[in-house]
Amino acid sequence: MTTLSDPPQGSFRLSMLLNDTRYRSYTFQFIALIALFAAFAYLGSNLVQNLRAAGLNISFEFLGEPAGYDINQRLIPYDSQSSHWQAAKVGVLNTLLVAFLACVTATVLGVVAGVLRLSNNWLVRKLMAIYVEAFRNVPVLIWIIIIFTIMTAVLPSPRAFRGDDPAATMLFDMFAFTNRGVYVPAPSFASGILGSAADWLIILASLVGSFFVSRWNVHRADKIQEATGQRPATFWVNLGIWLGPLVVLCWIMGLTWEYPALKGFNFAGGLTIRGSLIALWFALAIYTGAFIAENVRAGIQAISKGQTEAAASLGLRPGRIMNLVILPQALRVIIPPLISQYLNITKNSSLAIAVGYMDITGTLGGITLNQTGRAIECVLLLMLFYLTISLSISAVMNVYNNAVKLKER
Amino acid sequence: MSDTSSQRMEPFVRHEMLPEQAPPSAQSGIVKWSRDNLFSSTSNSVLTVLSFVSIYYIIASASPWLFNGIWNASSIRECREILDGAVGGCFAVLAERWNQLLFGFTYPDDQYWRPTLAFVLLLAAAAPVMFFKYLPSKLLFFTAIYPFLAYWLIWGGPILSPIFALLGFVAGYLVWGRLVNKSFAFGFFGAIAAAFVTWAIGGAITGAVAPEQSLLSAVPSRDMGGFMLNLILGTVCVSLSLPLGIALALGRQSDMPIIKWICVVFIEFVRGVPLITLLFVASVVLAYFFPPEASIDLILRVIIMITMFSSAYIAEVIRGALAALPRGQYEAADSLGLDYPQAMRLIILPQALKISIPGIVNVAVGLFKDTTLVSVISMFDLVGMIRGPILASTEWNGVYWELFAFAALLFFIVCYGISQYSQWLERELATDHR
Repeated sequence: MTTLSDPPQGSFRLSMLLNDTRYRSYTFQFIALIALFAAFAYLGSNLVQNLRAAGLNISFEFLGEPAGYDINQRLIPYDSQSSHWQAAKVGVLNTLLVAFLACVTATVLGVVAGVLRLSNNWLVRKLMAIYVEAFRNVPVLIWIIIIFTIMTAVLPSPRAFRGDDPAATMLFDMFAFTNRGVYVPAPSFASGILGSAADWLIILASLVGSFFVSRWNVHRADKIQEATGQRPATFWVNLGIWLGPLVVLCWIMGLTWEYPALKGFNFAGGLTIRGSLIALWFALAIYTGAFIAENVRAGIQAISKGQTEAAASLGLRPGRIMNLVILPQALRVIIPPLISQYLNITKNSSLAIAVGYMDITGTLGGITLNQTGRAIECVLLLMLFYLTISLSISAVMNVYNNAVKLKER
Repeated sequence: MSDTSSQRMEPFVRHEMLPEQAPPSAQSGIVKWSRDNLFSSTSNSVLTVLSFVSIYYIIASASPWLFNGIWNASSIRECREILDGAVGGCFAVLAERWNQLLFGFTYPDDQYWRPTLAFVLLLAAAAPVMFFKYLPSKLLFFTAIYPFLAYWLIWGGPILSPIFALLGFVAGYLVWGRLVNKSFAFGFFGAIAAAFVTWAIGGAITGAVAPEQSLLSAVPSRDMGGFMLNLILGTVCVSLSLPLGIALALGRQSDMPIIKWICVVFIEFVRGVPLITLLFVASVVLAYFFPPEASIDLILRVIIMITMFSSAYIAEVIRGALAALPRGQYEAADSLGLDYPQAMRLIILPQALKISIPGIVNVAVGLFKDTTLVSVISMFDLVGMIRGPILASTEWNGVYWELFAFAALLFFIVCYGISQYSQWLERELATDHR
């Protein structure tokens, strides 16, 4: 007769913690957690000991104290009696300004250079290759310093514009390029509706409205083309949609320009764009444009040649092939690295202290840190700011990736 | 009657081929090439003409400056006197300050042969790794002892320190070899324990026995500078961050949530901040986290932070490569009965590292360029030397272009060389033949 017996129940033994794969992961994680806590406790105790020996403590009260230094470029009101927190806000806005300007310029440059690198003109291809290789292989700090040196050493000083036969003249009597900065006309609204900031918001709102209306117009043209086969003209209508409200609003609110003029030894009036901002902006734009050119080229080359040939066999012209067939597919490959290049621009803008531009690293991480001696708090706030920007840009990239992901079953 | 039959015309049959004629002059040679590549359409022709004009303009303005240079003067004023109004570069600054640009401000004059020898040996030590198919693999022994030799050459001090450091690694390797067959954990932790024991003993012996005047005089870290500092930071940080990056990448994609979250938080934090804030941490904040009596050199703190920075980027590159491997590789390793360390070591990592070589080289080149940022925290690397002691001195105040062009040229040569090597390596390792 056969006897049935239960299969042997494995009893838990302590060595299973290391040998049995069911329990081993818990053991490792437990050890990792203990090690992490031990490391933090060690570093924390050292920190407390050193702070006590130096007579310091961790507190953020210094942010409310008056800063005591001037910032020569600022987008919001600030003077030397404003608090350190206000100085930090000025730095944040300066960082965002130069990052935005550099991102736009770098994208334009990069796309142009990337497309030109694929042109069938040998000379243009080689020139763009030289541009890309030269700028990718030299550190960005050296380019920033070189362009800043060009601005300060090569451009004339305002004094050269004086006199009856000046050595330098203004461009169109509106723009002045000097070694202190570029002076451009400043726009303002004479008979504004609500106040200067609200006027600019009205302009911004009209631009946003024009964007959506023109998109609706293109959508309508698509529908008509699908239904009847004839596409109504959209270019002139869209141009009118963009320019019409803008022109009308500017005329209603009385747009005037204040021109810079040489008064004494310097220019007065108009808008001053300082050399440090221009140097940082152009250096970041040209440097990152080289990387974006390579991304664009890789994206367009990632589309198999069969797509181009199939489109050509349908009778599409080269311009239409690029717009309707290649670019929509290439954008899926181009945009994620493009967004990481935007991230790089924002992080590289911290090199502004090499040319004296007061971004957040210059105010909070530079003068405020040196004056108050609060190194840990300042560096922590600085890293928190950059981390917030990086994580938001990465979130945007993830949203885009999920939206255009190829949906596989 | 006439004999017409003998004068009958025979049909013409050719028996040998006519020789080929040369193509028309507009369809061959450089004319055809130009028509196809430079002037194929109106817009192309316009672009070509514009390009020629700008190239001519650039060369016409740069070549007098380049070729009319002064190499033998002792100050910028003297350069200008010699030039007497002509356009020419004052390259004498490079000739006179060559050693400072390369080795830094305060490196002892008579010891320049040491870093130079270390650099030559670096090329000799890197060659068996870079060209591993063409050089005998015994040379890898020299690569293994090179870090210790280079440290001793550049920093000097008692020769017993690098010898015992090397012995610690050797002891760890031997113990690992004996114990790894039992289990990976035994091998790993046993090796670490053996290494630490050897280092502790070695440290005690060196402290007791070291002579007053060692064979190579000790050079303190604050005397390092110039392009040598960039090279040291670049090579040390990239080599140290490779194993750390691999560990972080493997941890990030592991199944254990705690380890995964530690790696994720570390990688995202380090990638989200600019390197200059990490250098600020290295110069002002990191000292607070070490015990009060330990005074760590600035260069060591900078190496720690740059290594952390580059290991996060390398971890992301390797994570992309691990994701590119087909899932079947992991499953095949499981079906062969390999445990996790064996599967990683024998199957997964060799393939993943091969895929990630271009990305790693990109990170390495980017890191080498980023080492110039240490000039912002007042370490005198190449850019720091140029902006600091050289441009601030009275003899050379105002010599911008020559110095910056020289710095750009040095970095261009190294970085372009590395990227060309990586493209060659990709072609060598490509196993698919299309």
